[in-house]
Amino acid sequence: MAADSSSRTRKPDPARGAKVAQSPWREQAESYFIHHRKVARDSAGRLWRTPVASLMTWTVMGVALALPVALLLLLTSLQGVSAGWESSARVTAYMSLGTSLEQARDLAGEIKADGRVIALELIDRDQALIEFRASSGLDEALDYLEENPLPHTLLVTPEENARSAEGVAALVTFIEGMDGVERVQVDLGWLQRLNAMTDLLARAVWALATLLAAAVVLVIGNTVRLSIENRRDEILVAKLVGGTDGFVRRPFLYTGAWFGLGGGVVAWVLLQFSLFWLSGPVERLAELYRSDFALNGLSLDGAFALIIVAMLLGWLGAWVAVKRHLDDIEPGEIAGG
Amino acid sequence: MIEFRQVTKRYDSDHTALRQVNFHMGRGELAFLTGHSGAGKSTLLKLVMVMERPSAGEVIVGGQVLNSLPRRQIPYIRRHVGVVFQNHQLLFDRTVFDNIAMPLEVMGTSPRDVGRRVRAALDKVGLLKKEKMNPLQLSGGEQQRVGIARAVVNKPPLLLADEPTGNLDPELSADIMNLFAQFSQVGVTVLIASHDLALINEMDRRTLTLDHGNLIAGGTPLQGGARGR
Repeated sequence: MAADSSSRTRKPDPARGAKVAQSPWREQAESYFIHHRKVARDSAGRLWRTPVASLMTWTVMGVALALPVALLLLLTSLQGVSAGWESSARVTAYMSLGTSLEQARDLAGEIKADGRVIALELIDRDQALIEFRASSGLDEALDYLEENPLPHTLLVTPEENARSAEGVAALVTFIEGMDGVERVQVDLGWLQRLNAMTDLLARAVWALATLLAAAVVLVIGNTVRLSIENRRDEILVAKLVGGTDGFVRRPFLYTGAWFGLGGGVVAWVLLQFSLFWLSGPVERLAELYRSDFALNGLSLDGAFALIIVAMLLGWLGAWVAVKRHLDDIEPGEIAGG
Repeated sequence: MIEFRQVTKRYDSDHTALRQVNFHMGRGELAFLTGHSGAGKSTLLKLVMVMERPSAGEVIVGGQVLNSLPRRQIPYIRRHVGVVFQNHQLLFDRTVFDNIAMPLEVMGTSPRDVGRRVRAALDKVGLLKKEKMNPLQLSGGEQQRVGIARAVVNKPPLLLADEPTGNLDPELSADIMNLFAQFSQVGVTVLIASHDLALINEMDRRTLTLDHGNLIAGGTPLQGGARGR
């Protein structure tokens, strides 16, 4: 239109004219990025200028984010424990009483040849009786028995890949099917219970995390709604002079992202502080249980992910507010009757 | 530049703001829009700005029919229309410079050009020395001139003004009107809504008169006498 033609017909100074002619697209992109940077800086500055209000929003977000993340960390710590115990899972196979030591040795050799078995120990019945006498304190009672009531026993340690619940079950079926094996015992019950409990806990944590994430989105949405109200005049003028929806939304989306950044950092600080505060007592407790249990902290990647997620949630909250309220502000009303 | 074809705007079933309005304004033409309050002046301007859509008829601006314009295209039309308001609509949280730069900013003008063009606009309205001030520090007339600078900074082919001299004394009003006349001389189409009849008579330009939504005078350009060019 006339705006363009008038600027084109006027004699431009050669340097500028040449540059524009060379890469108008590049110039456009450049000023687009400059504008993004300006808006980002400007919306960060606005939060900075109202430190108390911003800090309160950051803290609300920080608490809401720290809670589920703390539970997730606890969960991974617990899963670490059960994984540790799983590695000591052993299958105990009892021979029938009539089995001779020779037969037991053959059987042991056969089982050991299986790829799923990493180690095997044969405890013959005499040795088992000696150990039992020593450890049970039933010395005299055992003397009354006419013969050794204990069978030969095989202690089978499964190979690492076969240590899952299904793998162990398959191994048990395999050993049970062999001649001379009376009974196979695996003490996985308590492990399964722990797994079931952590599964349940995991679901609860994810449900809680979803709810709190929704709360964060709503909190940010509400905060951004207030800031939209405060900047109503600016929005009207921007729309009036031909600002696109994207242009008008941009500062608020950045505001949301900055709220998220602050909230993520607060959450991280809270987590680090709680970890520091709890690690002493947890260590002592674990020592008393002779466990190597330790609370997992947040890794660098984890902290990074936490902050990114927080920023995304803030951005999403801003988006919700902007979607709901920005379209309502139309310049029609300022032109008067 | 602007063309209205049988334009009717009905707000509610019983309130009709414009009735079958027909007129055409060419490039570089300056015209007044007058009428009693509630006659439909603002409605007419809003239709040009795509703040409202006509109930019937066609509004054509810069060769483009606005009736069926998709919502997301509206900003691009507004970039070609400068608007001056009675109450300026300036932002008091930023300097005069930043106020005037807004239309350039939404267009993605490079910072180099922004400075140059804002100063050119300030120069035109005689406020070059006040770019760093807050609009609140300026007098009413100066604020209005800042509003005009903002409206023309991106060199729109069309300039609308809604009661631009509403609360200015006659001398300042004449200054502002001369400014508008200068813009029309360089090819900008200028449409000024006003009920300052004394001033309108003094200017002796085409005058569109609305009465209860009907265009009762000025539907055709002036013959002979003063034209835009």
